Amino acid sequence: MPLIFVGGLIFGFGLGFSHMARPEVVLNFLQFEDFGLLFVMGGAAVVTGIAFALVPRLFDRAPLTGDTYGRRLKSFDRNVLIGGAIFGVGWGLSGICPGAAYASLGVGNVTILWALAGMFVGAYIQGYWRSQRAASETAAAGAD
Amino acid sequence: MVTELFAPALYETLFPVGISRYAVGGLLVGLGAVVIYLGTGIPAGASTFLESTLSYVSDQSRFQQYVSSRDWRVVFTLGIIAGAFVYALTFQSGLVSSGLYESGTTGELYDVGGFSLWLTDVQPWRLFLGGILVGIGTRIGKGCTSGHGVCGVGSASKTSIVGVVTFLIVAIGTAQVVMALGVSP
Repeated sequence: MPLIFVGGLIFGFGLGFSHMARPEVVLNFLQFEDFGLLFVMGGAAVVTGIAFALVPRLFDRAPLTGDTYGRRLKSFDRNVLIGGAIFGVGWGLSGICPGAAYASLGVGNVTILWALAGMFVGAYIQGYWRSQRAASETAAAGAD
Repeated sequence: MVTELFAPALYETLFPVGISRYAVGGLLVGLGAVVIYLGTGIPAGASTFLESTLSYVSDQSRFQQYVSSRDWRVVFTLGIIAGAFVYALTFQSGLVSSGLYESGTTGELYDVGGFSLWLTDVQPWRLFLGGILVGIGTRIGKGCTSGHGVCGVGSASKTSIVGVVTFLIVAIGTAQVVMALGVSP
């Protein structure tokens, strides 16, 4: 847990330093006025890319959890496209994404609580709907 | 240097405040994710926190599946807030400066006890409505800018690359439409 806090600390400091905690700067990127965001995402992905490629070869298991090192691979289906598009509309409208919203609170931006409240509402709506659907599918399968 | 790859005028147009604060910040974001990965083997993402935290208050099966990870996700989020706060107390307040850091002119700074905190000018309805869509979209789409964008792309995951391209294109289109409609900030 202390290590996760330290990791979050560096992560959040980076989001503050790069001004990604400011929706205006993200919107400036999306409106083609400042392309700096590409270096944030690219710089971060280069660091994780090197680590995710090397660490599994150098070490067997993570010291704190005993888990083996893997990459972040998720199965592809149309949800990735549908969800990505919905997220894109929200990101383009607000200029804020989840990690940057937490960081934005840290730089003093209490107005971002609107976005955080929205994110919890959105997460709840989809979770409620998908839980109900999963339950009704299980019930239907049981009735067969 | 990257600056020499572009004609100066083009560089000024593309990167009006330079690239160093972005590149340094990005490297730190990546480093934060790697620290967690090295210790635990977890490729961390920020948006699962939205659902895992709901499991404290809701019995829905979608949220309950995250019970085992909900505690560390709260710690991760508190770390992000604290890290950004450290930035606010240092660079944002001007108490620490560096040639690599360029302060900005967006939003408004306000003073609390000698430190500079920052407020956005973006209107609350945009943040709230956008937030709802971000909450729905990131969870259906299996990740956000940190999960897909940083850890997924770093894993060379095709799913994540497709996800990133999708939300980038749609977000650019949305922001351009919103701007064309005259909504600002």
